[in-house]
Amino acid sequence: MSGHTSTYEPTSRWGKWFDERLPIARVMHGQFVDFPTPRNLNYLWTFGGILTFILGAQIITGVVLAMHYQPSAAGAFDSIEQIRRDVNYGWMIRNFHAVGASMFFFAVYIHIFRGLYYGSYKAPREVLWILGVIIMLLMMATAFMGYSLPWGQMSFWGVTVITNLFSALDTIINGLGTAIVEWLWGGYSVSGTTLNRFFSLHYLLPFVLAGVVGLHLWALHTAGQNNPTGLDLKEPSDSVPMHPYATSKDAVGLFAFLILFAWFVFFEPDYLGHADNYIEANPLVTPPHIVPEWYFLPFYAILRSFTSTFLWVIPLGQYAKLCGVLAMFSAVLIIAFVPWLDTSRVRSSKYRPIFKWFFWFFVFTCLALGYLGSMPAEGVYVMWAQIFTVCYFLFFLVAMPIIGLIETPKKLPRSITDSVLGGSTAMPNGAAASPEKR
Amino acid sequence: MSSDAIEPDRRDFLVLVGNAFAAVGAASLLWPFIQQMNPDASTKALSSIDVDLAPVKEGQAITVMWRGKPVFVRNRTKSEIESAVKVDVKNLPDGLARNENLPDEDPATDANRTMKGHENWIIIIGICTHLGCIPKGQALGDERGEFGGWFCPCHGSQYDTAGRIRKGPAPRNMEVPPYAFTSDSKIKIG
Repeated sequence: MSGHTSTYEPTSRWGKWFDERLPIARVMHGQFVDFPTPRNLNYLWTFGGILTFILGAQIITGVVLAMHYQPSAAGAFDSIEQIRRDVNYGWMIRNFHAVGASMFFFAVYIHIFRGLYYGSYKAPREVLWILGVIIMLLMMATAFMGYSLPWGQMSFWGVTVITNLFSALDTIINGLGTAIVEWLWGGYSVSGTTLNRFFSLHYLLPFVLAGVVGLHLWALHTAGQNNPTGLDLKEPSDSVPMHPYATSKDAVGLFAFLILFAWFVFFEPDYLGHADNYIEANPLVTPPHIVPEWYFLPFYAILRSFTSTFLWVIPLGQYAKLCGVLAMFSAVLIIAFVPWLDTSRVRSSKYRPIFKWFFWFFVFTCLALGYLGSMPAEGVYVMWAQIFTVCYFLFFLVAMPIIGLIETPKKLPRSITDSVLGGSTAMPNGAAASPEKR
Repeated sequence: MSSDAIEPDRRDFLVLVGNAFAAVGAASLLWPFIQQMNPDASTKALSSIDVDLAPVKEGQAITVMWRGKPVFVRNRTKSEIESAVKVDVKNLPDGLARNENLPDEDPATDANRTMKGHENWIIIIGICTHLGCIPKGQALGDERGEFGGWFCPCHGSQYDTAGRIRKGPAPRNMEVPPYAFTSDSKIKIG
């Protein structure tokens, strides 16, 4: 994998015999035991481990639920109730899975904001970052299809609204959008046929996800971890072996996270869902107020903010829907271009006095969009959603490139060791985080 | 490699043709795997229904299912017809009739949204053209929006009494399905 060579030495005869034939223990030891880890990682770096844990937990609980769930329009809703009431420990395993989806997104959003703040996307970690965006897209697709499975009102109408996004293509080529939507549905409306294919894909995608997570880890261990200073590992004292130092810190973070997880599972299992999803799907009645799960709300707000007149003056007319759909997908895809949109040579926002403020304003923008996405699409909410949608894109397209050019970074410590132990020599103003790499 | 250009021989030709043949074969096998997701024969078979309009009095509306979609059937009052007729097509967000019984380019006049001789009946697919919600306005107590037709609660699209989009994010008029009067009070949809 990386330049680091494993110090693994098999002790038993059997160990030696096996190592010569399949050096898996050697690779695992090199990557997860004595792998050099920056000594200054904070608790925000424990989210990678937390996310790996949740993926595993979701797969295990999901396999169990699939043993009791019936993927048909007639049986789905009742089988979920049966799992909650009749299946031994079904209530608990079902809550693990449903709450687990929310926890997965909660953790991944922290993980992404961590990467944005500390510049974890900059050279040589661009591919690592893009793999992360692909993971997020796969997570979104998986979660969306999973939410359709209980076949409640929100499941049904959520699927209807989101699959209908593709019909926006009718504005470009007449009939294309409708053809795609009917192909996705397997009918002329969302039906049991749609539910069956979503179940099949919902079972498949987590394994695809696990594969991409493997690549994400491979890329991570090739470039090495970033750290709060954004400096590269330069001297042996900058790093510690992954085990027991990083692994024990990861364990503390994981257990703290599991307390939150367990609190939701055992005390507020339905808090993060929507009451309407306990009404069985009815194709003739639309719920008065359709909202997606909380983790999609910012993107939903962006979608809805495009009305026939955008920001008082811009006339979109019948292209409003197409613009909304394009903006929503762009809002995710633009994250993949961050390594090239950010022009600063300093990684960590700790040393970027201007960018730091824009970063926190961007966090606020995302939270505001999330709130607006949960509100009805009318009056003042639409106006604010339009303003924050513009702010969202300005952060990437204007703030990131320009601040990198005009900002004078603070003094960087000479090395990670110096930043921890308070070394006396510092780099001059504006020096690059990794000048030797350029 | 030697400096002489090597003439492609019979073997190169066979390798090229063989690989091309395998590639075309593999690619053509994709089609069944894509096509299997389209509506199947049993779904297509449910493509027409008969509806009796006799019980629907003036001012009332019913909703029937056709191809898994709700179809709105409304017996319009005189004032509802008048308000739909007097609208200037030029001022509509979507100026096309969207009537499957007429050519695509026909304008969205009230006459083109209904059937000649049966102008009191407006028959449309009751799905908002924005993101597929079912608009309110079928039941008497429903919110019908500013134009007296239908109001979509999801994102606030408002339709008039001819099912034409007047305000909000929806791009098109609600669609008129293919239908025909089989007698004075019966229709066949599809």
